[in-house]
Amino acid sequence: MTSEFVSVVDIVGSIREGKTTASDVLEQHLARIDKRETEIHAFNHVMAESARANAASIDADLKAGKERGPLAGVPIALKDNMCTRGVPTTCSSKILEGWKPPYDATVVTRLQQAGAVIVGKTNLDEFAMGSSTENSAFGPTRNPLDASRVPGGSSGGSAAAVAAGFAAASLGSDTGGSIRQPAALCGVVGVKPTYGMVSRQGLVAFASSLDQIGPFTHTVADAALLMEVIGGHDPLDSTSLNQPVPSLTAVLGQGVKGMRIGRLADMPDGCEPEVLARLDAAFAALKAAGATIVDIALPSLSYCLTAYYLVAPAEASSNLARYDGVRYGLRVESADLISMYGATRAAGFGAEVKRRIMLGTYALSAGYYDAYYGKALKVRRLIANDFAAAYQSCDVILTPTSPTVAFPIGEKTSDPLTMYLCDIFTIPTNLAGHAAMSVPFGTGAHSMPVGVQILAPALGEPTMFRVAAELERAS
Amino acid sequence: MSPSSDAKTTPKITAQVVAKVAHLARLDLTEAELALMTTQLTGMLDHFGDIDKLDLSAVAPMAQPFPIKNVYREDVVVPGLDRQEVLDNAPAPQDGRFRVPPSNGSES
Repeated sequence: MTSEFVSVVDIVGSIREGKTTASDVLEQHLARIDKRETEIHAFNHVMAESARANAASIDADLKAGKERGPLAGVPIALKDNMCTRGVPTTCSSKILEGWKPPYDATVVTRLQQAGAVIVGKTNLDEFAMGSSTENSAFGPTRNPLDASRVPGGSSGGSAAAVAAGFAAASLGSDTGGSIRQPAALCGVVGVKPTYGMVSRQGLVAFASSLDQIGPFTHTVADAALLMEVIGGHDPLDSTSLNQPVPSLTAVLGQGVKGMRIGRLADMPDGCEPEVLARLDAAFAALKAAGATIVDIALPSLSYCLTAYYLVAPAEASSNLARYDGVRYGLRVESADLISMYGATRAAGFGAEVKRRIMLGTYALSAGYYDAYYGKALKVRRLIANDFAAAYQSCDVILTPTSPTVAFPIGEKTSDPLTMYLCDIFTIPTNLAGHAAMSVPFGTGAHSMPVGVQILAPALGEPTMFRVAAELERAS
Repeated sequence: MSPSSDAKTTPKITAQVVAKVAHLARLDLTEAELALMTTQLTGMLDHFGDIDKLDLSAVAPMAQPFPIKNVYREDVVVPGLDRQEVLDNAPAPQDGRFRVPPSNGSES
């Protein structure tokens, strides 16, 4: 954690003890936004006015002795694909520009009930499709640690907002690595919870069998606290797991003694040597703390990219059919309904979204369904089986989060496949529906941060957070 | 488009196929976009041919991380969305409804 920023846990404590106020904390964050937001472009929409009103109301309540929840006065940013009632929610797409949702996402309601102060909606790759936040219709977000580089994506605005101190924490969504990869590239903690642990109600759908909301924070303890607030069953999401979130803040000090940490016997090509060196250092730190390192194999790993880039676009092509110019968003008027659909979608979607809709429509179309989508679903089973076998001999698996540190803006935009390869280590988790998180662990090339990824089986969050806390202590 | 239930995942993708898919997706692509999309989709599908070497005959497809059955709620009336708030977002609301152009176009 960068020393100039204060953690969520410390903010909550200071406000509770009367050492500071929610309003003062908010103003410190708004001042940083004033200073650097023009350069970084983390936000699509800063909610300074409503945030000030919320902070003032929290201060008044606390002064009157009222309980305002575990996040009372914490400034938090939301990825702009989470519905906020009456506040623009764009998904960084022209097709939703100006849309004001008539309801709040469940995670937004839970944050507000916990006393969080929402400071704004963060930039993303359009509809969360990308790994660099360069696909936003409103321009790229820049990495706060080196503004010539990308923050990663698709939740690049949320990662940058935390790294730049614009918010104490933020929420992102992770379909193939969209929380973990930007967390790694910006040097913050990012969590992709087990599928179904956090409600997707009010998250604008990209690929429904893969999407999951999770937090960005400076510390592991902050991430644990946020998970406890946003997680848990939601009757409004039919894929929500019907069980409470396990306690995570309570396990952070338990260490890793006796734990078995899986290491890939065959590391895929393309990793920077500095990234692999940090991974080795992470293994060494866990071993020193009493864990055992176990070599494991995921034979289907190299096929995950294909499975993901067929399954996710297929689901997206279906989910994005709703943007038709009828009920909300952009409409390009035309003589008849069909041409209105085609003209509206052509004008409203950016190049990457069009590419994925085309790929998904093709993979699902008559004559190609079995050859593409059907096969991809079977490969998805293979990787789930690989994980099941690996977790017979280990408790968690450690990999790099990203094969490289943050790359320069513009470096990968010309070749979509090169960009897709950024996700090689993060995609398998989403296909399997498991938990994973990225923890900053030193720096690599160009002094940019390196993230180590901890993979855990479904509902393995307590074990995963113990390992994360140990790595944080060692870094 | 020819049926290919057990086909390899590497059929040649042509500009005609791309145009047909664009129509299915209700995306009016320009000639330049169609040409670029044909090249890019060909490149991706070539790469995705890697799964052809796997024997998947005995593998069950996995569409969801966990087996999910239908989830029901009690059949009780709950408040819906605010009608005016919803209509305020519509590009062309009229008399409490969504106005659309005529549907009798050239669609087959």
